[in-house]
Amino acid sequence: MPDDAKGNDQPVSPAPSAKPAAEKPAAPSAPGAPAAAKPPMPAKPAGPVPEPWDAEMVRALKQRYGSGIKEASVYLGQKYVVVDSSIVLDILRGMRDDHQFDYCVDVTAVHYPKREQPFDLIWILYSFHKNERIRVKTLLADGQPAPSVFELWPTTDWLERECFDMFGIKFEGHPDLKRILLPDEWKGHPLRKEYGIIQQDNEWVNINLGIESGQ
Amino acid sequence: MTDVTKSTTSFYEEDTGKTGTFLDANELILNMGPQHPSTHGVLRVILKLDGEKVLGTECIIGYLHRGVEKIAENRTYTMFNPYVDRMDYVAAVSNGLGYCEAVEKLLNIEAPPRANYIRVILTELNRIASHQLWLGTHALDIGAITPLFYTFRDREEILKIYEKFCGARLTTHAFRIGGCSYETYDGFEDNVKKFVKFVTPKIDEYEELLTTNRIWVERTKGVGILSGPDAIALGVTGPVLRAAGVKWDLRKAQPYACYKEFDFEIPIGENGDTYDRYLVRIAEMRQSLRIISQAVEKIPDGPIMAKVPKVIKPPVGEIYHSIEAPKGELGYFIVSDGSTQPYRVRVRPPSFVNLQALDKMVRGMLVADVVAVIGTLDIVLGEVDR
Repeated sequence: MPDDAKGNDQPVSPAPSAKPAAEKPAAPSAPGAPAAAKPPMPAKPAGPVPEPWDAEMVRALKQRYGSGIKEASVYLGQKYVVVDSSIVLDILRGMRDDHQFDYCVDVTAVHYPKREQPFDLIWILYSFHKNERIRVKTLLADGQPAPSVFELWPTTDWLERECFDMFGIKFEGHPDLKRILLPDEWKGHPLRKEYGIIQQDNEWVNINLGIESGQ
Repeated sequence: MTDVTKSTTSFYEEDTGKTGTFLDANELILNMGPQHPSTHGVLRVILKLDGEKVLGTECIIGYLHRGVEKIAENRTYTMFNPYVDRMDYVAAVSNGLGYCEAVEKLLNIEAPPRANYIRVILTELNRIASHQLWLGTHALDIGAITPLFYTFRDREEILKIYEKFCGARLTTHAFRIGGCSYETYDGFEDNVKKFVKFVTPKIDEYEELLTTNRIWVERTKGVGILSGPDAIALGVTGPVLRAAGVKWDLRKAQPYACYKEFDFEIPIGENGDTYDRYLVRIAEMRQSLRIISQAVEKIPDGPIMAKVPKVIKPPVGEIYHSIEAPKGELGYFIVSDGSTQPYRVRVRPPSFVNLQALDKMVRGMLVADVVAVIGTLDIVLGEVDR
């Protein structure tokens, strides 16, 4: 990065007062990097780790659902709970009705193909009253449907459709679950890890665009 | 709440036999777009009409889908940085700020104060530029041609500052993970101060053209009403939410960069109609100017880059970070597996979520109002489709 800054300084007229300021941090950081290589080594495992999240809400959830709550942690100041997929709808409903999480920010997924339950499905919730943001996470097996929270937050209509489009996760109870960004007839779900970066549905491209390939 | 639910279901299924038709007129399905100037890009809206009245809409999006989230998984953290500019291309600086801050959080580093000040100045300039572009095109859609020339003339000055700062005008790639890659140029502060002085009366000028203009008021007042509870249920953010009377701005609610240090207000509306959204955005431009003039006065000296390793390899973990982009809450959810490439980058685009509210807002209105409402939502299709 420091090299980058220097290289760009040449065409731009160098500010006389600014240049030493820009170089100062650059100079110690370059030789400092190998020297500082030692401290990060032990620091790495001691770096940020998820800490247990202890709050009244979490205690109440644990009491009610027991082992259904798999994890409740704070990582870098951000709270999240990992819950079993069978109770996730209940929990999300409770979040909205009892804990004032009235705004569903996002629904998204992450694919871990090697795991037994390859999908992480994540709801990001926000409460206007508490000015608090939490994430609710559940693990899903391939092909296992997730509950739709459209009834709770109408905003999830398109978000769930996008999740379905990109990962092939089906949402039970969604009023009109179909692809949103890709064409309806497209085959494959691009954000799955096995889907290559230049892969595409050649058949669709052939038929609809009349060309061999879009590449 | 039930009303909202109803409005977002597919209209094909809805019973429309009892809408009361004149002269036995049939319902008409009308395609608007994807090549329609008032859709601000390649948005296709299927309208179901009873005469001029809109019974329902369905948006078809994805024409501009480039798979940004997939690309992210195949690039390093640094390499992905310029891509985010191409999402909301009229507010590229905001996109970059959100992404850089998210990665910084994941790395557990903080940008130095000087970099934060530069970031705030450029981002707020960008907010003004974005709102100016919105105002010009929105007014053009409704039939007022003059504001377009006014706003583009003034937006040019902002682009000139960007050009001098980093060489680019639109997709600036102005920030790096850990700070800014460029020191400000000689006379940057003067240019910004001059700009603030220059544009303050210009905003009054826009208001003079529109605020009390009878045609403008008739076309926007009471059009596309979205109430506060509906807006929250639909996840709408940004000026659209604030115009509905919800005083919520991430710069205040969960301050990032150095917004804590500035004195500004959150303008809100009362009725949640198109006219209020116009007033809110105009007021926001003035607040942005306030922030800029405070920031440029006390911009500190010091480094512009934090100590960032040459190879960015965040520890295993996930982060969600969001900022108040000109269009609303722009969030990045990044999952790191400890390698040089992000395992997953999810972008929470404000335009995408806000566009969902279109159906709720135009039901029962006229076709011409659809044009006004698409304009007032301030969507950028590059961000909707990613």
